[in-house]
Amino acid sequence: MLSFAMRRLVLTIPTLLFISFVIFMLLQLAPGDPMANVPLTVPDEVKQKMREALGLGEPPLVQYWKWLVQMFWVEPQVFIDWLFGTNMTEGVQRVISWQSRSPVMDIIIQRIPQTLWVVGTAYVVAILIALPVGIYSAYRQYSVFDQAGTFVTMIGFSIPPFFTGPLLIVIFSVQLGWFPSIYDTTLRVTDWASFKVQLGQMIMPVLVLALQITAQLSRYMRASTLDNLNQDYVRTARAKGLSEAIVVNVHVVRNSMIPVVTVIALGIPAIFGGAIITENVFKVNGIGQLLITALSANDLPMVMTLTFIFAVLIVLFNLIADVLYGLLDPRIRYD
Amino acid sequence: MTDSPQNDVIVTKDVPLQAIEALQDKEPSKPPRSRGKDVWDQFRKHKGAMFGLGFLTFITLAVLIGPWIYQVDPQKIDIRNKDFRPIYVALWDSGAKTGWLKPFGSDQLGRDQLAQMIAGGRASMAVGWAAMILSLVIGTAVGVAAGFFKRLDGFLMRTTDLFLSLPILPLVLLAVTLFRQPLRANFGPEGGMFILIVTMIAITSWMPTARIVRGDILAIKEREFILAARSIGTTPLKIIRRHLLPNVLSPIMVSAALGLATAIITESALSFLGVGFPSDFPTWGKMLADAVVRMEEFPERVLLPGIAISVTVLSVNYVGDGLRDALDPRIRGR
Repeated sequence: MLSFAMRRLVLTIPTLLFISFVIFMLLQLAPGDPMANVPLTVPDEVKQKMREALGLGEPPLVQYWKWLVQMFWVEPQVFIDWLFGTNMTEGVQRVISWQSRSPVMDIIIQRIPQTLWVVGTAYVVAILIALPVGIYSAYRQYSVFDQAGTFVTMIGFSIPPFFTGPLLIVIFSVQLGWFPSIYDTTLRVTDWASFKVQLGQMIMPVLVLALQITAQLSRYMRASTLDNLNQDYVRTARAKGLSEAIVVNVHVVRNSMIPVVTVIALGIPAIFGGAIITENVFKVNGIGQLLITALSANDLPMVMTLTFIFAVLIVLFNLIADVLYGLLDPRIRYD
Repeated sequence: MTDSPQNDVIVTKDVPLQAIEALQDKEPSKPPRSRGKDVWDQFRKHKGAMFGLGFLTFITLAVLIGPWIYQVDPQKIDIRNKDFRPIYVALWDSGAKTGWLKPFGSDQLGRDQLAQMIAGGRASMAVGWAAMILSLVIGTAVGVAAGFFKRLDGFLMRTTDLFLSLPILPLVLLAVTLFRQPLRANFGPEGGMFILIVTMIAITSWMPTARIVRGDILAIKEREFILAARSIGTTPLKIIRRHLLPNVLSPIMVSAALGLATAIITESALSFLGVGFPSDFPTWGKMLADAVVRMEEFPERVLLPGIAISVTVLSVNYVGDGLRDALDPRIRGR
């Protein structure tokens, strides 16, 4: 198991290198000039010098190499500096945003907590709802609850978040006036009153994100539980006189959770993608919204780094899902 | 070799007639049932799938022949008749600005909403179908090649894994934003965008199909009928076309339904984020995005395109669900 995990971990390095190379070359092919916003009165020689100052004079491969060095050598050092108060990176060039001329990673670090907070809560809420719903609909297959659950999950699959978002805003912000339609990230939770405000503004984005994940997860949970309910060991458990609660909650659920846990791990990167739209609807200034603004401002280093971070998330959680599957199910052997 | 005459069965006169009576079946009591009819019968039992198929047919016909029946130019700016409410608002609010002239109302520039819905549906459905078909073609080609030719398998499947670990929505956003200008210059504003969006959706969504098709091909190509085909000298290409592809048709059809749903949602999401078609070209996603600003006064402008997207995707999903049940021989007939 350990050797499998190590092998997979080593394999992620060429994968990530390849993905970053693809993204970089895609950005190289793109038309668009970072000097497009500089006034026309600035002479061409000066513009050329400004381009070179941004590192644009070099051949693409050299630029790519420099990005790699900055991302994987300089940025970890910056992190260590920040952690221990050392100064290894004084005066070293970091990845600089063309938009704000400050290090890209600093901006991303500022934005990540908002995204993680909203996305993480949504994921936890979705799991807490989806698992019991899935188990109960499988236990009472074809009952009214199951039919209703199937219908609701189908709707959850089909309604896109850019429709549920405005819909919730119309109902709860405009008509009822219960929750604010814009997420205020400057809010600091200090006492009970500010906590209630924070809770109020989080409900709608979390609901929108959670609806989709709940739909998916409860389907998986239902299918997995159905598979297990017909197994021989369930009949044995019932035959030896265990109560239904123990049969279902201990025997069946534990076995059904094995595939579902990997689905949960695999779904985490997708939800960051979904967060792009949700953040846009509710004006959360997380990394999804950062990506959109960077794209429209033609801020290539920022776009490059953000897309790469999304790729790292996907590769990482794929790895976690594979390893978890092996750990949870002793019948799976990787050799 | 199986066609050799079966004249080695020797029936002697002593054997009583009853023993061979079973061998003398006259004709089948019922007419033979084709596989297609079986599938259709099972599909018909799925109420959601039938509703989905019905709605999908309706919306396809509406966007295809709608412009001939409702001949209003969706782009026509009619500023005097702006901000009409849909006709049904008159049911509860008699003072609302409604009129039979504009059944679904008009927007802030007086553009007819019904005509816009039809035109927008046309764009969304066209992108959905084109992207789905392109992604199926890529996925099937990769899956068949990887499953059938052992030498290609490793390379193609590693490529599939790589594509699966690409961040899809950020990458599509990136490509659409960056390559908008050159394609617009070459193929016109709408044509260029159509090609770009369809290609990007297809490139980022073929992987599940490829994996499923490869798995099925790997299992089927070891079966006896493939061996038989090989032994009479059928070329690999012909084996693929005549024997393998018809057998993997059912998983392909199921992933086609899922692909159509994802393609429609992705296109609308791009339009919603403002990187889709040009601003004067209506799509459901863009109508929704444009209406969000004034949704307090005109909620129907958000609701109508939103409901159109959702119900279309819902019916496609139901059709996919029904197809999966109908094409699975283990469920069929129960």
